[in-house]
Amino acid sequence: MIELDHLTKTFGPKTAVNDVTFTVSKGEVLGFLGPNGAGKTTTMRMITGFLAPSAGTARVCGHDVRTNPVRVKSSLGYLPEGAPAWPDMTPDTFLHFAANIRGFSGKDATNRVSAAAEKANLFGVMAQPIGTLSKGYKRRVGLAQALLHDPAVLIMDEPTDGLDPNQKHEVRKLIDAMRGEKAIIVSTHILEEVEAVCSRAVVIAGGRVVADETPAELEARSERHNGVWVGVDGDLATAQALLDSLAEIARVEIDGDRLFCVSRNRGPIANAVSQCLRDNSLNITSLQLERGRLDDVFRAITQGRTAPRAGGANA
Amino acid sequence: MRNIAIILKREMASYFVTPLAYIFIVIFLLMAGAFTFYLGGFFERDQADLNAFLQFHPWLYVVLIPAISMRLWAEEINAGTIELLMTLPITTTQAVIGKFLAAWAFTGVALALTFPIWITINYLGEPDNGAALAGYIGSFFMAGGYLAVGSFLSAVTRSQVIAFVLAAAVCFVLTAAGAPLVLNFFAAWAGEEVLAFVRSLSFLDHFQNIIKGVVDLRDVVYFLSLITLFLFCNVVAVNRFKGA
Repeated sequence: MIELDHLTKTFGPKTAVNDVTFTVSKGEVLGFLGPNGAGKTTTMRMITGFLAPSAGTARVCGHDVRTNPVRVKSSLGYLPEGAPAWPDMTPDTFLHFAANIRGFSGKDATNRVSAAAEKANLFGVMAQPIGTLSKGYKRRVGLAQALLHDPAVLIMDEPTDGLDPNQKHEVRKLIDAMRGEKAIIVSTHILEEVEAVCSRAVVIAGGRVVADETPAELEARSERHNGVWVGVDGDLATAQALLDSLAEIARVEIDGDRLFCVSRNRGPIANAVSQCLRDNSLNITSLQLERGRLDDVFRAITQGRTAPRAGGANA
Repeated sequence: MRNIAIILKREMASYFVTPLAYIFIVIFLLMAGAFTFYLGGFFERDQADLNAFLQFHPWLYVVLIPAISMRLWAEEINAGTIELLMTLPITTTQAVIGKFLAAWAFTGVALALTFPIWITINYLGEPDNGAALAGYIGSFFMAGGYLAVGSFLSAVTRSQVIAFVLAAAVCFVLTAAGAPLVLNFFAAWAGEEVLAFVRSLSFLDHFQNIIKGVVDLRDVVYFLSLITLFLFCNVVAVNRFKGA
C-alpha cells in the first residue's frame, strides 16, 4: 500500500535521503529506524506530500505523491514529528476542522470526532485549548487527527517520543489494535518499541537503507545472538577455562556470578555448554539464552561497521 | 471551494479566540478616529463627506495591515503547524486563498465598525451616500492589496518580525509610488515609461480616484490584479518552502 520508489531528497549540496526504496503492505507495521538526522523525518514528509522529492517518488494506495498529492493525503493519516497543532484551538474544534477538511460534515463529522477522541483517550480535555495541554495529551490529539478518517495507511513520526512509560504503552496498544487492517510506518529510535510493535524494521543511516528485515533477524545480527548465560555451582574460573576450549564458543566472559558464552557462529550452543559442564561434573544453577542486543546491532550498522546477517554454520 | 471555506472559517475563528482581533479593531478605530478629527480637520472642512476619514487609510494600512498579515504563514512555519496544514488533503492554492480571505474578511469587519463616522456625516449634513459607499469599497479593496503583499512576505520567512518589517516597507513603497520620494529614485536612471509605470502602481493615486466617489473599473482591476499577483507569489513561496 506504500511504495517508495528510489525516493531522494537533496537540500542544496546535502543529500538527506538517498535512493530509498521499500514497500509496506497491508497488515505490516514497519519500524523506521535510524539515528537522529538519518533522514527518517524527511522521508516521511515526502511520502505524506509535505516535501517534494528531488528524485524518485512515493505511491500510497496507488496514488503518486508527485502527480496526485491530494489523493495521497486523503488516503493516509499522518502524525508529524512533535504532533504540531494550533494552540488556540481545542481538541474538539481542531478535530472537527480536520473532519470537515476530510469531507465529513454534520452528524457524520461529530461521530468521527468522538470515535477518534475515544480511541486516543481524549475525554476530559476536549474543550481545553491545545496550547495548555500536556505533551502526552498533545500527542494524543495528533493521533486522533491521524486516525479520524480511518485511513488505510498510517504514518507516525516518533509517536512515543517524550511520553511517560504508561503513555508509551497506550500508544503501542493503539498501534497493536490497528495492525492487520492498515499499512503502518512508525519512526522511532527507541529499539524496544520495534520489538514491541513492529513486524519489520527498516534502518536508514546517512539517507540510505542499511537494513530491511524482521526485528528477530536484526537481533540475530548481534554478536551476542544465541549466546548463553550460565550459572555454575563451583569455581567460575575452572568452568570458564573448560568452556573456552570448546570449538563452538568464541570466548567466555565472567559477569558477576555467571558466565556468558559467546557463540562463534552465532549458532545455538546451549547443548554444548550444558554437556561440557555435566561431563566435568559441574552443577548448572541457571541457564539463559541471549537473543542479542538491538542496541549493538543498531550502533554497528548505522555507524558503517558491518554486522553480518545471521548465516553461520548452525544458523 | 469547500476547502477554502473550511480554512477561512478556522482562520476567522482563530482571530477571535485571542486578544489579537479585539486589540487590532480597537487600535484601528482609535487611530482612524484620531486622524479624521485632528489631522483631517473633519469639522473644520465643514463638508458632509468621508474625505477626512478616508484619506488616511493608506497610511493607517501601511502600519496596521502588516500586523495582521505577518502571522499568516510565518507563524505556521515557525510553529510547525504548516506541516499539519499542508498534509491535509488540500492544495497550496486553497490554503493561501482561505487564509487571505479570512484576513480580508477580518479587516472588513474592522472597517465596517467605523460606521459611526458614516452616521455622523448623515446626521450633520446631506452626504452623497453613493460616494461614501464607493469610498468604503475602495478602502476595502486597498486593504486587500496590502494584505496580499503582506501574506506573500509572511511566507518567505519564519520570523513574524521580519515579515512585518518587510511588509510595512513594501506597502509604504507601493503607497507612495506616485510621490517624489519614490519617483526620484527611478528618475535618475530610468526612462519616462518606467516612471509612468511606477507612478501607475501607486495605491494612493488609485485610492484618490475612488475617494472622489468614482469607482472606476480600472482602479478595481488594479487592486484585484495586485491581489492575484501577490497571492500567486504566495503560493509559489509556500511551494518553494516545501521544496517543489
